[in-house]
Amino acid sequence: MGGPDRKDELVATEERRRDPWFVDFYRSAVGKKWVMALSGIVLLGYLVAHMIGNLKVFLPAVDGVPELDLYAQALRSLLFPIAPHGVVLWILRVGLIIAFLLHVHAAYSLTIMNRRARPVDYAGPRQYLAANYASRTMRWSGVIVILFVIFHLADLTWGIQPAAPDSWEHGQVYANFIATFSRPWVTAFYVLAQLALAPHIFHGAWSMFQSMGVNHPRFNRWRRYFAVALTAVIVVPNVIMPLSVLLGFVGA
Amino acid sequence: MNITLQVWRQESADRPGRFVTYQVTDIEPDMSFLEMLDVLNERLIAQGEEPIAFDHDCREGICGSCGVMIDGLPHGPQLGTATCQLHMRKFRDGDTIVVEPWRAAAFPVIKDLVVDRSAFDKIIEAGGYISVDTGSAPDANLIPVPKEVADTAFDAAACIGCGACVAACPNGAANLFTAAKVAHLNLLPQGQAERWRRTEAMVETMEQYFGSCTNHGECEKACPKGISIDFIAMMNRDYAKAKVKNRRLLSQSN
Amino acid sequence: MTYTISSRQLDSKIPGGPLEDKWENHKFSIRLVNPNNKRKFKIIVVGTGLAGASAAATLGELGYNVEVFTFHDSPRRAHSIAAQGGINAAKNYHNDGDSVFRLFYDTIKGGDYRSREANVYRLADVSLNIIDQCTAQGVPFAREYGGYLDNRSFGGAQVSRTFYARGQTGQQLLLGAYQALLRQVAAGTVKLHRRTEMLDLVVKDGRAVGIVTRDLISGEIRSHSAHAVVLATGGYANVFFLSTNAMASNVTAAWRAHRRGAAFANPCFTQIHPTCIPQSDEFQSKLTLMSESLRNDGRIWVPKRADDNRPPDQIPEEDRDYYLERMYPAFGNLVPRDVASRAAKRMVDAGKGVGPLKNGVYLDFSHAIERLGIDVIADRYGNLFEMYERITDENPYKVPMRIYPAPHYTMGGLWVDYNLMTTIPGLYALGEANFSDHGANRLGASALMQGLADGYFILPYTIGDYLADFLGDPVVPTDDPAFREVEDEVRGRISGYLNTGGTRSVDWFHRELGKILWDHCGMSRNEEGLKKALAEIPALYEEFKRDVRVLGTNESLNQSLEKAGRVDDFFELAQLMCLDALHREESAGGHFREEYQTEEGEALRRDDLFAYVAAWEWTGNPQAPALIKEPLEFEYVTPSTRSYK
Ligand SMILES: Cc1cc2nc3c(=O)[nH]c(=O)nc-3n(C[C@H](O)[C@H](O)[C@H](O)COP(=O)(O)OP(=O)(O)OC[C@H]3O[C@@H](n4cnc5c(N)ncnc54)[C@H](O)[C@@H]3O)c2cc1C
Ligand code: FES
Repeated sequence: MGGPDRKDELVATEERRRDPWFVDFYRSAVGKKWVMALSGIVLLGYLVAHMIGNLKVFLPAVDGVPELDLYAQALRSLLFPIAPHGVVLWILRVGLIIAFLLHVHAAYSLTIMNRRARPVDYAGPRQYLAANYASRTMRWSGVIVILFVIFHLADLTWGIQPAAPDSWEHGQVYANFIATFSRPWVTAFYVLAQLALAPHIFHGAWSMFQSMGVNHPRFNRWRRYFAVALTAVIVVPNVIMPLSVLLGFVGA
Repeated sequence: MNITLQVWRQESADRPGRFVTYQVTDIEPDMSFLEMLDVLNERLIAQGEEPIAFDHDCREGICGSCGVMIDGLPHGPQLGTATCQLHMRKFRDGDTIVVEPWRAAAFPVIKDLVVDRSAFDKIIEAGGYISVDTGSAPDANLIPVPKEVADTAFDAAACIGCGACVAACPNGAANLFTAAKVAHLNLLPQGQAERWRRTEAMVETMEQYFGSCTNHGECEKACPKGISIDFIAMMNRDYAKAKVKNRRLLSQSN
Repeated sequence: MTYTISSRQLDSKIPGGPLEDKWENHKFSIRLVNPNNKRKFKIIVVGTGLAGASAAATLGELGYNVEVFTFHDSPRRAHSIAAQGGINAAKNYHNDGDSVFRLFYDTIKGGDYRSREANVYRLADVSLNIIDQCTAQGVPFAREYGGYLDNRSFGGAQVSRTFYARGQTGQQLLLGAYQALLRQVAAGTVKLHRRTEMLDLVVKDGRAVGIVTRDLISGEIRSHSAHAVVLATGGYANVFFLSTNAMASNVTAAWRAHRRGAAFANPCFTQIHPTCIPQSDEFQSKLTLMSESLRNDGRIWVPKRADDNRPPDQIPEEDRDYYLERMYPAFGNLVPRDVASRAAKRMVDAGKGVGPLKNGVYLDFSHAIERLGIDVIADRYGNLFEMYERITDENPYKVPMRIYPAPHYTMGGLWVDYNLMTTIPGLYALGEANFSDHGANRLGASALMQGLADGYFILPYTIGDYLADFLGDPVVPTDDPAFREVEDEVRGRISGYLNTGGTRSVDWFHRELGKILWDHCGMSRNEEGLKKALAEIPALYEEFKRDVRVLGTNESLNQSLEKAGRVDDFFELAQLMCLDALHREESAGGHFREEYQTEEGEALRRDDLFAYVAAWEWTGNPQAPALIKEPLEFEYVTPSTRSYK
């Protein structure tokens, strides 16, 4: 009796150790989940920082220069004069890009692995007891997030039309911000994207504890509460900001 | 009671399967689900039709032989209960019940509702033991084990290896099965010497057959012994540590 | 059916010297196999229960070349997994006066003086090592707060010597042995054959040289050759159809060995467990055991009047008969298994049974709940109550439990000598499959002990003595005519079942056979009933051969076909059981002959006539076996009459 076939591209533990540590670790699914969790933390940290920075749209201008533009300026001159203008920001960006790419790659390869683990689906209807909407749609909410990020970069970073407003100008962060969200379809798209992001953040923020083995019977409940709170902290302001522009509370 | 059963019938691994509908009349609510299948099989034999093959043995919820998808849930609607301990009184007269085998690449169907779960043995072979040759053990009371530790280790060791976790997992992952054995042995003082080697080898063997855990938590709900996914977290932690420690141990021995 | 007295003598190979030194001396005097030569010997182990898994793992560790077979899909599913209560060992961790000698004494007495002193002493002796070994393997035995091992007390003993792992001791011990076995599989010393059933034994020149198996998935019939064959294939309580054993437990391996020349000892010594959940309908396939510990706080009763149909809470105290308390005032509800079982049967036979089918007696906790409070009871028995409710849908906190005795364990089995070798050289039997240590009745928590003693600590030593003669000899090739002939017989048997083309299912015959046996060779037996059974069983067996219906083919998984072979062998065994019961004109342990009871209705042993092991030889005619008597001598304990009044 042969038994099930194992996937032949995976090699024995001893052979794997010849590869560099990270390659070896990342080859395993548990390792990939660690990488997803760690890169997820980087991305979540970025989302929180990004959200807080953007809150500056609500602040009054200083000497006619919007607070947001000053902030953008300040980011570019981080650690200046020790480091040249923009360098630190680029280092941070590269870190962010790497985290993003690893997150996406890990998700992609785990999806492939999981598809292969159940090539034939249940023929009858299935019932789920624990898996929720958030956990089961991670892939799709992830894809939406990727599409949104591309749009968002085209809109406010690269100024590529039609994503960017006609009046887009490099460095005029505040003005671009107001201009883009004055267009109802853009605001609507942003709000919807944020709502798609919410379950992704929720499941991710809970799941990362599990993936990294951070658990304790006494605090396990709090992992869920934390995930809800973090989702709210990121998503609620991100929804309010574009709406505020569209409804004329800011920038009018 | 009268019920309608839709049962997956498949002659062998390489033949296509299909649902076949059976009317099962006059059954008692006090029958177990498997006894209901026994009755149906007796009737099939009387009609000259080959009986439905399904795995079972102890019928007490401990050997882990039984296990089928019942209405889309591993082991059926009663939580914490193996198929053999499920009784017909959990269903209503006139119900239609859909029964199919576990589905996973690592669990190929052998016939009807019977699957091959030998991949589980492979995971244990990789390190699910404490290496102590017969006769070399010290007196049992030489190593005290705190009661709490022994109890938690037992909670993990209660796994019956039925495969419901894999069947339930949307990814076909066996992390709950593997984590239960890793946790049982890694928690005990006796298991420390091989802790890191065991964790690394068992996880990597598991991944050669099964999908990956994406933290749905479906396995915990399906487990007839209620084994907690906290053990998966524990295994994830030990795996990362093992990856570091084993390299260090290896470099020392070279 | 008649029997003859065999001219053969049995040599039990019991070593000389004082009881305490026999095993040590024996280990020193038998031959060993040099470590480098071990891998040249091939050993077949059939069965992966406690006995088989522990033996195969240990032989693998020693370096033998082992092949292990199980009809289960994994070694971990063996019937041993279901044992609940615990495992005995004379550790005396609780300083309550236990000792190897006391465990030995209790076991001999519990077995009603029908076992060998030397074997039982060795069992008690190695019980110490078993606990050490299992603990080192990581078996999560119950612990006290100080971190040391906890014990509970069990029937038949006045000390606390039972080690346990919640209500799942068998599971944890088996997983320990299974893991040790898979370690050897990974190391390459043991080759594992899953879903492979042994269908016959191959004997050449009087020695066991291999087995013939059927692959349960492909139907392939194959021969496997070895220097020695070890059977650890469990007990035969399923001959009764309804028992607490796992559904697939069967006698085929042992019976086929018997037919090839291995003597079968004391088949009529079967144990009926008093606290099982009664059958709920005609179609029931399996009975569930409820731990014996329930009798510590539950009171057993039936209505005084036969056919009293009132629900239990409407039967006033004066209309209840707490019959055990009435008949055995000293021990009350805690009389031994056999006594409690027989009393329950008497009540049900008198029409006082309770429940929808009137086939049980009440086990009532209401007094205990009143006295101790519901919390204490929940703490002690919560999980058992839950299990009971899951099965019966009745809440034992409110409604008395219903219980009834059920076949549970078989003390009889293949005859083995002190080395665990059967009467066929090179064939060994371990665990419940042999007859060795429990005499006419087994004490609770002693089967697990015996299985592991045999597998971990006894066979691995004794087998070397046999193998030493064959160093350098190759195994008999599987194309030898000896194998070919057996293979052909096996194929013939299989096609026989498939081609009978009858009208009734295998289960139907099994159920009918079980009924006859339960009625006449169950809890109590008498000459008339046994003779009746010996007339009915052959008639039913003829019908089986003529009218069984096995559908499907040999070339795929075919569970009816598997059962057909097993039930076929049960038919022959059942006749030997009845004959053995008929010939043993005394009552001892689980064997109660109504003709041989004291005035108070207790078992009457007849040591002058029956202090022997009845080993039955196959003569080729199932109707006429030959009896060999192995006399039992008691040097260290004096047989006395058990009394529980
Ligand atoms: C409900 C219950 C509770 C119990 N509780 C206790 C307890 O608390 N304490 C105690 O000491 N004892 C207890 N016992 C008794 C004890 O469990 C058994 O006696 C013991 O486990 C038998 O072990 P074994 O290794 O001899 O055989 P088994 O565990 O029965 O194993 C038999 C093995 O042989 C294999 N096999 C059989 N025939 C073939 C064949 N033809 N071909 C291939 N493979 C074959 C099977 O696959 C299986 O692996 C209990 C028994 C029951 C039923
Ligand atoms: S048959 Fe053993 S667990 Fe269900």
